[in-house]
Amino acid sequence: MNRFTGFVKKEFLHIIRDKRTMLILFGIPIVQILLFGYVLTNEIKDANIAILDHSKDETTARITNKLLSSGYFRLQSTIESEQEIEDLLRSGKARLVIIFESNFKKSMIRDGTARMQIIADASDPNTANMLVSYANAIVADFSRGLMVGQALPIKVDQQVRMLYNEELKGVFMFVPGTMALILMLLSAMMTSISIAREKEQGTMEILLVSPLRPVQIVLGKVTPYIGMAFINALVIIALGVLVFGMPVRGSLILLMAESFLFICMALSLGIFISTMANSQQVAMFISVFALLLPTMLLSGFIFPVENMHWILQGISHIIPAKYYIIIVKNIMIKGAGFLFVWKETLVLVGMMALLLLASVKKFKTRLE
Amino acid sequence: MNTQTDNKPIIAVRNLVKKFGSFTANDHLTFDVHKGEIFGFLGANGAGKTTAIRILCGLSAPTSGELTVAGFDVYKNADQIKKNIGYMSQKFSLYDDMTVWENIRFYAGIYRMRRKDIREKTADLLKKLDLEPVRDKLIAGLSVGWKQKLAFSIAIFHSPAIVFLDEPTGGVDPVTRRQFWEMIYEAASNGITVFVTTHYMDEAEYCDRVCIMTEGKIIAMNTPSKLKEEYDTDSMDEVFRKLARNVET
Amino acid sequence: MEIVIDTVSKAYGNTQALDEVSMSVSRGELFGLIGPDGAGKTTLMRILTSLLLPDKGRAELAGLDSRKDFKALRNILGYMPGRFSLYQDLSVEENLTFFASIFGEKFDPDFYLIRDIYAQLAPFKKRLAGRLSGGMKQKLALCCALIHKPRILILDEPTTGVDAVSRKEFWDMLSQLRQEQITTLVSTPYMDEAVRCDRVALIQAGKIMDINTPAGVVDSFKPELYSIATPHIYQTLLALKEYNDTYSVYPFGQVIHFIPTDASVSPHKVQDYLTKKGIEAVSITPALPNIEDCFMELMQDEHTNG
Repeated sequence: MNRFTGFVKKEFLHIIRDKRTMLILFGIPIVQILLFGYVLTNEIKDANIAILDHSKDETTARITNKLLSSGYFRLQSTIESEQEIEDLLRSGKARLVIIFESNFKKSMIRDGTARMQIIADASDPNTANMLVSYANAIVADFSRGLMVGQALPIKVDQQVRMLYNEELKGVFMFVPGTMALILMLLSAMMTSISIAREKEQGTMEILLVSPLRPVQIVLGKVTPYIGMAFINALVIIALGVLVFGMPVRGSLILLMAESFLFICMALSLGIFISTMANSQQVAMFISVFALLLPTMLLSGFIFPVENMHWILQGISHIIPAKYYIIIVKNIMIKGAGFLFVWKETLVLVGMMALLLLASVKKFKTRLE
Repeated sequence: MNTQTDNKPIIAVRNLVKKFGSFTANDHLTFDVHKGEIFGFLGANGAGKTTAIRILCGLSAPTSGELTVAGFDVYKNADQIKKNIGYMSQKFSLYDDMTVWENIRFYAGIYRMRRKDIREKTADLLKKLDLEPVRDKLIAGLSVGWKQKLAFSIAIFHSPAIVFLDEPTGGVDPVTRRQFWEMIYEAASNGITVFVTTHYMDEAEYCDRVCIMTEGKIIAMNTPSKLKEEYDTDSMDEVFRKLARNVET
Repeated sequence: MEIVIDTVSKAYGNTQALDEVSMSVSRGELFGLIGPDGAGKTTLMRILTSLLLPDKGRAELAGLDSRKDFKALRNILGYMPGRFSLYQDLSVEENLTFFASIFGEKFDPDFYLIRDIYAQLAPFKKRLAGRLSGGMKQKLALCCALIHKPRILILDEPTTGVDAVSRKEFWDMLSQLRQEQITTLVSTPYMDEAVRCDRVALIQAGKIMDINTPAGVVDSFKPELYSIATPHIYQTLLALKEYNDTYSVYPFGQVIHFIPTDASVSPHKVQDYLTKKGIEAVSITPALPNIEDCFMELMQDEHTNG
């Protein structure tokens, strides 16, 4: 039998025989994406708001109505004075307070603009940000409705990144992030652990003493994981589309090609880690601290990069998942083509080349 | 090194059975060990030696059978048993990142020895083992032989009635191995019963009496010289091979 | 010479694992490396298999330098590392197929080198390697090391932790391989296995103390050796340790081995001394030394001379 196919076959047997590996490979991605998706939608649905309406006219009533019927907000109370606001927010009874200026409808008709204010409890900035965006979008939608009939816009400050996500589903944000996280973990962690396992069990000693070249050993270990990770990417996209109604506006082929690139990049990272780790435990440790946490926290997956301290922003530039998330969002949500993501693609290719080069340099043909 | 005495046995085991699921690790073991005896428990890896020793030490509960150790019932008085035995296992039971003196103090503390006793006995021990110069050195820096001797000394530091040694002498040089056996003889002559497991058949020759196990069963029990006589050979290795052949057929 | 080791030294930090070791093994020889844990056996074998580089000195196997020609060397070596190093989650058959494939070969159960050994494994060919008994694991490991018809076989403690029956069977297999002109270097901590080798090197603390045939090692044992049988082993040991004419005394299984300071010390004299000490029922007879006695004697020499 060919040396390489023999090696790959052996590797598949390891994966299939180990229930834990199988669970990590196929159980965790599905659970994680469903969990993230549902937790997020629930949180947005039940947000309590308070309304301070100085105007109490027909327009404010309609806006209020639209907000409350959106399904994202629930009216906690209607209040009468500014003094009550702080108390409501501090006690956590309301997460958002919406204030209409007096004579709202009148000034809208007279000046073409009327002012409303949104005050959010920003102790959880992420949710606050999201709620404000939701409220903004709903009001903007309302004003567009007015424009059609009366050409009287309400001035609303709207954020650009909401532009392509009119329905404002948080899950759209989480699918690309989860994909990045899972592909990163699977590819990098599983390869680094499986190479470290050979060292720990002493089998690496026999492989080294055999005529196999280091490149053959590494490729043989990595190949099955490319396939597994690719299947996972498909499963996650399918879940996003079928369960959460996420669109794929751009080219599916481009999306898969970019995912393949990211998987290969992550595998190179895994190989690089394994050159440093001599035991599964160390490989796991490095993977969690060097991959899992930064990918979750610094890639823009959970916290927007632009809100971070400048040091963390700097670090985020070397987090591969950041570029992949941008690529996926652009392709899936904005429907962008390769011309819009070539820079990020280039960064990933560069990272991969660098890691592979470093790994080959560091891979030892001897024991020390 | 007492030979048979009329006293009550210090370890009495009747029909000990231990099952893990459908696998029977110990299959109706019955034996006695007497005070001051060096009792060898022999068998290949996986024969059930470690399982049996864990049960006798109160670390694991038997599936069935009657057992008393140092006069206590293993079902009811496992805690009392633990106070009256010493234990040294395959892997050194010393902390590599603690000094010689810290290890001794730690183990003495477990058995609630008095401060004054600890100080006196530690001084004696360090002197006897020639370890005084390294009392404040980390265990990690000691040679295998020293670790072994220190681990044994610590296992009998609280003067237990019985000391259990699980594969204590694997792979050390022949001189160190003999020094170790001399320590075991000394403990036995002080009235401590020594229960030792090993897969080195030639180690069996140092025991007063041995019990040979394969696949969870006792297949022979006697003094080494009687066994060699019975199987008409001059090595315990050969005794084991002949026994194994009998079991197969 | 098939294997030539020339003043090889290797240190790990402050520990000198090998100290100017030199030896050579001829083609087809079954050569034993005998010594306790930590003597340097594994380090030496790893240097020979090109897994480690020596700090000083050089090793040559089948004319290939272990440093420069390591790629060519790895094609002709069969190696069994110290602990069981096969894939425990693969079956017997899968392990063999895999190890054959990395040498670009097909696994053939009838291949003459492994046929006899594999016959014993065949009933368990579907069983996972991790579920085999100790003896079976070693046989499988040997099969895997032989599958590509190596010219030189290096086995690191293949019989450690294996029961007496399997140990004997394993050595029988090695004896058979000798007829196939495969040079075999095998290490063991069991002194009694030395007799199964053509020649042995006794190694202790990174130094080779003696290289000889097993019979030659025993023949070179000079001092008088007595075996003392007594029911009071410990008391006798203590008494003899204080005795003026004792060169060395140590327990040896059921008896005590005693070497007097010089040949003129008669058994009677020793007996009288023991009687005076109150130890009766003692029989003292001249004994033939075995490898273990020789090893200890050499250790004592090293100690006094070095």
